[in-house]
Amino acid sequence: MPNMTSAEKEQLLAELLASINQHKFEPDIAHIEIHGNQVLNKNLVEGLIVESETLEDGVKVRIRVLRGFTLKNPVHFCFGLIPDNGVQRIITDTVIEEGAHARFIANCTFPNAVNVQHLMNATITVEKGASLSYFERHTHGPEGGVTIVPITKVHICEDGRFSTEFELIKGAAGVIELDYAAEVDANATVDMMTRIFGRFSDRIHIREAAHLAGPGSTGVLTSHIALKNSATATIENELVADAPYARGHVDCKEIVQDKARARAIPIVQVNNHLAHVTHEAAIGSVDSKQLETLLSRGLTEDEATDMIIQGLLS
Amino acid sequence: MNLLEIKNLSLFKDGRPILNNLSMDIWAGHVHAIIGPNGAGKSTLANTIMGLSGYRDFEGDILFEGESIAPLSVDERARRGITLLFQEPARFEGLGVSQFILAGAKGASQALAEESLAKVGLTPAKYLTRAVDKTLSGGERKRIELASIWAMKPRLVLMDEPDSGVDIDSVNYIFAIIKELQQAGSTVVLITHSPEVLRHADHAFLICAGTLVDKGEMSRMFDYFNGKCIPCVHVGQPVVDIDAQTLTSA
Repeated sequence: MPNMTSAEKEQLLAELLASINQHKFEPDIAHIEIHGNQVLNKNLVEGLIVESETLEDGVKVRIRVLRGFTLKNPVHFCFGLIPDNGVQRIITDTVIEEGAHARFIANCTFPNAVNVQHLMNATITVEKGASLSYFERHTHGPEGGVTIVPITKVHICEDGRFSTEFELIKGAAGVIELDYAAEVDANATVDMMTRIFGRFSDRIHIREAAHLAGPGSTGVLTSHIALKNSATATIENELVADAPYARGHVDCKEIVQDKARARAIPIVQVNNHLAHVTHEAAIGSVDSKQLETLLSRGLTEDEATDMIIQGLLS
Repeated sequence: MNLLEIKNLSLFKDGRPILNNLSMDIWAGHVHAIIGPNGAGKSTLANTIMGLSGYRDFEGDILFEGESIAPLSVDERARRGITLLFQEPARFEGLGVSQFILAGAKGASQALAEESLAKVGLTPAKYLTRAVDKTLSGGERKRIELASIWAMKPRLVLMDEPDSGVDIDSVNYIFAIIKELQQAGSTVVLITHSPEVLRHADHAFLICAGTLVDKGEMSRMFDYFNGKCIPCVHVGQPVVDIDAQTLTSA
């Protein structure tokens, strides 16, 4: 929290804690709140271990879901910075041990950002027969002012399942450099989804990649992006199938309005004749048939366009 | 009373007439059918009445309740009470069934979405949480389209091939809602080349090559299907018709 007096910092943290405490989590719901480089609040449940270490500009977090445990409720993470400038670096090492199952929900909030960097470096291991569903929602202020750089490497072991959803619909995106890569072993599954609404001069670069390395592995990479004003986006989806009976699909849809610009680069590669990978990409204005259907119900063009975009990003 | 009057309507595509000096009156409160072979101009006529993109540059006029709607956009026409059931309904990724049904019924409650689904024989609890996307079958999608039209309470519904791509159960629900729309005060225009659909109209227009070649009561119009235009018993025949009052009293 640079450029702040200690009194200002204390007041800000007090406000933040009060805000966090408004969320009435039941005792059996795990939650961790991290502001800047401080863990403000933490509640854990049986089978979940979270250890943290404060860095100069962020936090290093080690997360374990112990072998055979199924966490009944999602684990809530809250990351954020209240001031209008600063850096938050989050380094995480997550292991979902063999046969364990968990759902994580991360809310990242930068409501006043003018010059904020949120740097996430994550490694995730989903061990044999385990599963993790990770949902990350960003809420930004209207000014953009945020640079988001989430870099995530995932290893999904045999019979494991991993799904991730990245959502940034409220507020201006700012600059996003998202890079997710997954290594998928035999009969394991990866499902990555990104939903972003870019506005003003937002710059968005998404790279989602999955290597279907094991026999019977499956992967779906989905990117749904809506852009307006002068926002730009480049979406790179890469799916490589090396093993027999690997199955994959890449789906990239981008709606472009005003002076926004979009580029999609789907790469699909099959190195085994028994594997099968498909892709679809569509970039352009709102689909005319969808638009005319809603117009014929009496919606204005703006109302109809908003409804179609909301649907795409829902 | 005429709800819609089509006056000397001509529309050209690539210099070729698709609609050729077509005139017809659509009486309020009736179920009309517009029949004719493939390529006759039936869908073009529906799209032109609705004012869709590519169908706005025409000669002649279209009057709705006595006023020209030619200058109006699609949504302006819809807000006057005109709507269209598309032959192949659009699919919307992520758009909820409830939101879609209520799109044309601003301020309406969830109860109307449930009622509308029930009208077309779909269980609300099963469908309200779904999206209007490719996971729906053709029949389900068409019935949800009809549910949205029911919720809108339109004055005039143009239905382009309402039975195409649907199974027998769906067809029966479609036929039932045609009747219910009429009973609720809507005027229905069925675009079809199916005798099964024609049975649910009380008056029909036969068009061929963009021209009106016959009009009248249903019984006369079945000749078209029996003869399948070979030889054509309609072209060149004088147009013999009854008026709306006679039809209503009959």
